[in-house]
Amino acid sequence: MPEMPPLLALRRLHKAFGDKQVLRGLSLEVGRGESVVLIGGSGVGKSVTIKIALGLMRADAGEIVIDGASLAAMSGAERATALARFGMLFQGGALFDSLRVWENVAFRLIYREHVNRRAAKAQAIEALAKVRLGPDVAELYPANLSGGMQKRTALARAILGRPDLIFFDEPTTGLDPITADAINALISSLVRDLGCAALTITHDLASARKIADRVAMIHDGRILWEGRPALLNASGDPFVDQFVHGRADGPIQPNL
Amino acid sequence: MNPLAAIGASTLSIFRLIGAAAIFATRALAAAGSPPFYIDQIGRQMLRIGFFSLPVVGLTAVFIGAALALNIYTGGARFNAEQFVPNIVVLGITRELGPVLAALMLAGRVSAAIAAEIGTMRVTEQIDALKTLSTDPMRFLVAPRVLAAVVTLPLLVIVADILGVMGGFLVSVWSLDFNPSVYLRNTIEFLEAADVGTGLIKAAVFGFLLAVMGCFHGDRSAGGARGVGIAATHAVVSAAVLIFAANYVMTALFVER
Repeated sequence: MPEMPPLLALRRLHKAFGDKQVLRGLSLEVGRGESVVLIGGSGVGKSVTIKIALGLMRADAGEIVIDGASLAAMSGAERATALARFGMLFQGGALFDSLRVWENVAFRLIYREHVNRRAAKAQAIEALAKVRLGPDVAELYPANLSGGMQKRTALARAILGRPDLIFFDEPTTGLDPITADAINALISSLVRDLGCAALTITHDLASARKIADRVAMIHDGRILWEGRPALLNASGDPFVDQFVHGRADGPIQPNL
Repeated sequence: MNPLAAIGASTLSIFRLIGAAAIFATRALAAAGSPPFYIDQIGRQMLRIGFFSLPVVGLTAVFIGAALALNIYTGGARFNAEQFVPNIVVLGITRELGPVLAALMLAGRVSAAIAAEIGTMRVTEQIDALKTLSTDPMRFLVAPRVLAAVVTLPLLVIVADILGVMGGFLVSVWSLDFNPSVYLRNTIEFLEAADVGTGLIKAAVFGFLLAVMGCFHGDRSAGGARGVGIAATHAVVSAAVLIFAANYVMTALFVER
């Protein structure tokens, strides 16, 4: 029986901004139902990697393969269908200020699938319940929510389309440790319950240990190390060791 | 750096900017003219751009009409042509001042607001979020604003025309001793449909320019709050310059020789 291709494969990605080469042949795979966490210092290209995977940015070279099919070989409509299988939780939530919480969550239903507003609202309230937000917040605007509630609203928006893969960009940044842990637990349970895959980028190693099936460390524009989170402390790699222990001294130069 | 190279680099960057703006305007036009149409967004923008601009456009028109009447009276008195005040006021307001001043007021009020809103959406990743939700920002954000401005600016100009003429009428009757019925008869008899029509065509073009400039500069925002502020300033300045330039071109086309 032929082996199933990975859900997402990034192959030999290169990306430069002016003279600064950010990605130098980065390759990474995410399997079905797998939670992969990408760690690495600031400015090493973690966000650029997921923006390229989501089609928000073009790579200078390399290939994005979804379910065995190269994105570059797809027509515009095929590409849109393939990318619609992905959900995204942005670092700041990226909720639409001018729309109410439920309209944010049901955005795809209202504006893409043309579901009537009453049915869309019911589904939005259901999705909000999954991220432990009550129906009372549905009529509020994003500016009325705390940082943690905004993250949870954005998470509800990301899961409503039942994506096959959700990207999480620094999901715990800017949150207090307790809220951050609650968000980690929520991500783990949602990914498990929905049966979807996850690709998370973070600096937060506690978060990585909690939500990852596999951790990959990016350095100098490529994946330097991959392994189970339990192996992070015993990777045997001086770069990983320095990052995990948060030491300024070592082969990685602080990005000051 | 070689001064010639610096001049060359600046010239190239200006042409790049003009090219980018032209491509953006073409894409905006294509998005505004083809489905899907986000009716609720168009309605919301018509309210913001049109209805909420009524007070500022109306007040501007009244005062400009009044000042215009005084100036024409003063100038006309030098060669005994004071009686032409109603004719010149209505011509000046409908063909020129109504559309241009309404557009300039909207450039300040609307272009800046559009640039700031879209710029904030750009720097807070809301535009990226739209794309991940399978929605084209050009159709969801730009097209409704362009359509709303193109439709509502002519409506605002009709209001500005009426109030501008009223401003001239009030000053002429109260301060310059014009007979009210003679003033109104001269105004109505002198006015031609083409005078109003050309003003409305100008208004639609100005609406397109000021909305596109707001969206274009907002979409190019980078660098946080400062970048959003710069985008708003660039939007107002470029919209105002383009309105004056387009006004000259259209006036030259419409003028009967």
